[in-house]
Amino acid sequence: MVPTSYYVILSAVLFGLGVIAFIFKRNIISIFMSIELMLNAVNLAFVAFSQSKGNLDGQIFVLFVIIVAAAEAAVGLGIIILIARNRQSLNVERVDLLKL
Amino acid sequence: MQTPILDYLWIIPLLPLLGSATNGLFGKNWPNKIVNAVAVGSTGLSFLAALEAVREFFAAGQQLVRKEYFDWIIVPGVWPGGFRAGFDLQMDQLTVVMLLVVTGVGWLIHIYSTGYMAHEGGYYRFFSYLNLFMFFMLILVLAANYVLLFVGWEGVGLSSYLLIGFYFLKKSASDAGKKAFIVNRIGDFGFMLGMFLLFRTFHTLDFNALFNSVAQQNSATEPWGQFGTFTVACLLLFMGACGKSAQLPLYVWLPDAMEGPTPVSALIHAATMVTAGVYVVARSHILFTHSETALVVVAIVGCATACFAATIGLVQTDIKRVLAYSTVSQLGYMFLACGVGAFSAGIFHLMTHAFFKALLFLAAGSVIHAMGGEQDMRKMGGLSKHIKYTYMTMLTATLAIAGIPPLAGFFSKDSILLSAFNKEGGHPLYAFGLLTALLTSFYMFRLIFLTFYGKPRYDEHHVHVHESPWSMLGPLVILAVLSIIGGWLAAPALWGGTDYFTNFLAPVFGSHEAVEAISEAAAHQLEIILAVVAVVAALLGFGVAYWLYSKPTGKPEQIAKSMKPVYNTLLNKYYVDELYAAVIVKPLMWVSRQIFWQAVDVTVIDGTVNGVASTLTVIGDGVRHTQSGNTRSYAVWVVVGAIVIIAVVFFWPEARTVVGRVQGLHLPTLTKMVRP
Amino acid sequence: MTPQLLIFFVLAALAVVGSLSLILQKHPIHSALSLIVVMVALAGLYLLMGAEFVAAVQIIVYGGAIMVLFVFVIMLLNAGIEEHTNFSKLAGYAGVPLGIALTGFIAAAIARSTDTVHAATTGGTIASTRQISTMIFKEFVYPFELTSFLILVAIMGAIVLAQREK
Repeated sequence: MVPTSYYVILSAVLFGLGVIAFIFKRNIISIFMSIELMLNAVNLAFVAFSQSKGNLDGQIFVLFVIIVAAAEAAVGLGIIILIARNRQSLNVERVDLLKL
Repeated sequence: MQTPILDYLWIIPLLPLLGSATNGLFGKNWPNKIVNAVAVGSTGLSFLAALEAVREFFAAGQQLVRKEYFDWIIVPGVWPGGFRAGFDLQMDQLTVVMLLVVTGVGWLIHIYSTGYMAHEGGYYRFFSYLNLFMFFMLILVLAANYVLLFVGWEGVGLSSYLLIGFYFLKKSASDAGKKAFIVNRIGDFGFMLGMFLLFRTFHTLDFNALFNSVAQQNSATEPWGQFGTFTVACLLLFMGACGKSAQLPLYVWLPDAMEGPTPVSALIHAATMVTAGVYVVARSHILFTHSETALVVVAIVGCATACFAATIGLVQTDIKRVLAYSTVSQLGYMFLACGVGAFSAGIFHLMTHAFFKALLFLAAGSVIHAMGGEQDMRKMGGLSKHIKYTYMTMLTATLAIAGIPPLAGFFSKDSILLSAFNKEGGHPLYAFGLLTALLTSFYMFRLIFLTFYGKPRYDEHHVHVHESPWSMLGPLVILAVLSIIGGWLAAPALWGGTDYFTNFLAPVFGSHEAVEAISEAAAHQLEIILAVVAVVAALLGFGVAYWLYSKPTGKPEQIAKSMKPVYNTLLNKYYVDELYAAVIVKPLMWVSRQIFWQAVDVTVIDGTVNGVASTLTVIGDGVRHTQSGNTRSYAVWVVVGAIVIIAVVFFWPEARTVVGRVQGLHLPTLTKMVRP
Repeated sequence: MTPQLLIFFVLAALAVVGSLSLILQKHPIHSALSLIVVMVALAGLYLLMGAEFVAAVQIIVYGGAIMVLFVFVIMLLNAGIEEHTNFSKLAGYAGVPLGIALTGFIAAAIARSTDTVHAATTGGTIASTRQISTMIFKEFVYPFELTSFLILVAIMGAIVLAQREK
């Protein structure tokens, strides 16, 4: 049997990698994908805890996370399309209208 | 019996105050006549009220009258009985003398001013200030405690400043006003310290209570050299008196004060304000007589000042300067009298001096007015033919000040010299006093000869010498009459008088008058000898002045050339002003500029304020970089924030509920939502 | 080494490799495909844990819908190899340390935490779909209905945002 802590550590590692991707990638879509990666990592943790407690609440929550992620992805990609149209570029560093 | 005025003593000072306020607030656009009516009228009414008060005082048997009008300073818990200084006015024999002098001479000078200042600008302002001065002086004279007296004291200093600097557009005038006020202030510092000491020692500053308490305690007189409470307090009060009454070393403001209009010089710097110092010393006689040191200091300072100022007056060329130094000198005589214990003699001289010195100043003003503004005696001469009345009144005053019998000055000066002679160890004082009398006579007659005799040394075509109007001459005549008869009040029994004055003031000065221990006959002989000597001295002065100045012989110039260093020293007033400027004023200004301005104000205070501002600017500059406009930096900050929160929650378990609330999660509610 | 442990390690390695590939790839389409790999690996892990419904939903919704959406958008926007700009010095230097710090914190938290995490191993109980659906429609019915609202709003938002310019 795989100990729960292994799953949770894997979840932590994936989350950390998601954070690094979030900071380092320059393409907006790639940043968005890193967010999805982070959400997935959290899902993994939820399911692991749900199994270890024998409680199904965790899995239900995972369902909801997936639903919300889907909605968020739809809207977010819509925004990305707008940004791409406006700035003619998918480089997040070009979105700098707040810069003095 | 009815004592309407005595019950309402405050009417006497109030009337000039109302006049001052009316003229000050509304007088700008009024014609001169109305300003006159308000100013002279209020002073005149005040004089009438004073007369009535005096009459009631006599009718009520000359009992001390003390009225409390309202409570000003009350400190209940400081010691048993608390401390109270109220607006209390009192009337006793000394007050009667001062009151009549102030209101009477003041009223005459107001009348004179209507003529003298008729063509001056700021007419209403002049009378407003003059009335203000009367108000404060009356407060000073009527006050029943030191605190209220000090109010009047400061107030007359203020009015003096305003009036000396009346022609404020002239720099020398405004400088003179500042000098007067500042030098006065130095004296006031001593006066206040003296008041504080009395306050602490006797727990009251009320004249009645304080003097009764001293009399009851009957402490021993502090001998020479012992600096006990009485000595220190009296010396401090005397310091204030030196400032106000222009004694050494605080006399330097009085000659400069001649920048003010002549009526101001007459009223303030001859008759009334400068006598406030003498009044205070006389009022506090019970304190002074308990301290030998203080009395000796007063006498010596008075005598030294008298002599010193007389020597300077010998060579001055401005007519008003001569009179100014003469005032300083005569004030010295008054302090000399107080110093040897003859307080009523000092007050008597104060009264007679008020008459003839005011007359001298007013007459000098008349001369200046006649000469169209010229004040230098070297440019006058031969005026006796043109301005007869002025000449005759001025001559009367000169005879009085020189001490020629039977005019007023003779009796008052004589009683002072007699008291000085009779005091143990007073012979040197007497000698210098006599010398001063000689010098006084000399320089006064010099003034007369230079101004009124000889050939005119001015351009007769440009200067039209004309007599003054009656508004100016009237007061001159009245004062001349007073100068003649004023002395007869205190003519000692020797000459057929009844020495009414000293007897009158006896209830005030009582047992503290210098009591001659010599037998009656010897006393009379001594008096006659001394009187004769004094008259001889006066005539000697007259003779020398006549020899030198009555005809233009050039002898004064020869003498001056042969004694050039002495002459220059005297002409430059012993370089005292220059000494003060170098020793006191310059270092003070340096300290003020370098230390207080540069070091403290600019560096420390401004530096702190600016420093706060610049620190904030620097901090802001640093924090600015978080708002770079770069999205990836923002991403980093998000992560940093997340780490911080996780760290806090991880390391500090109690914070978990807080973090939960901050994030808006209310777990029980959420749980209920999910699991109903 | 039990078979489950072995499978776990394989799938875990696959997930980690996939996410590393997501970071290191330059073209966003390659990153998208890497993400799909990660999701499939995670679905495998769910299956290993016995959460079959979640695994199925993961593949269908996440892999089949969301990632497809991503790929479509990449195609629509003609995303090319991302240009190498580095305007933010902060991100360049602080990024990795921060990521590692975050991971470290979480790992440390786990290491110090209670027995629940350590001792209990994943049970082999298979969560049945029937149980999950019962829970959804009984206890979690309120959030469930709200999510339908959410999806409606998202659809409308996406349509409005991505409209062709008039």
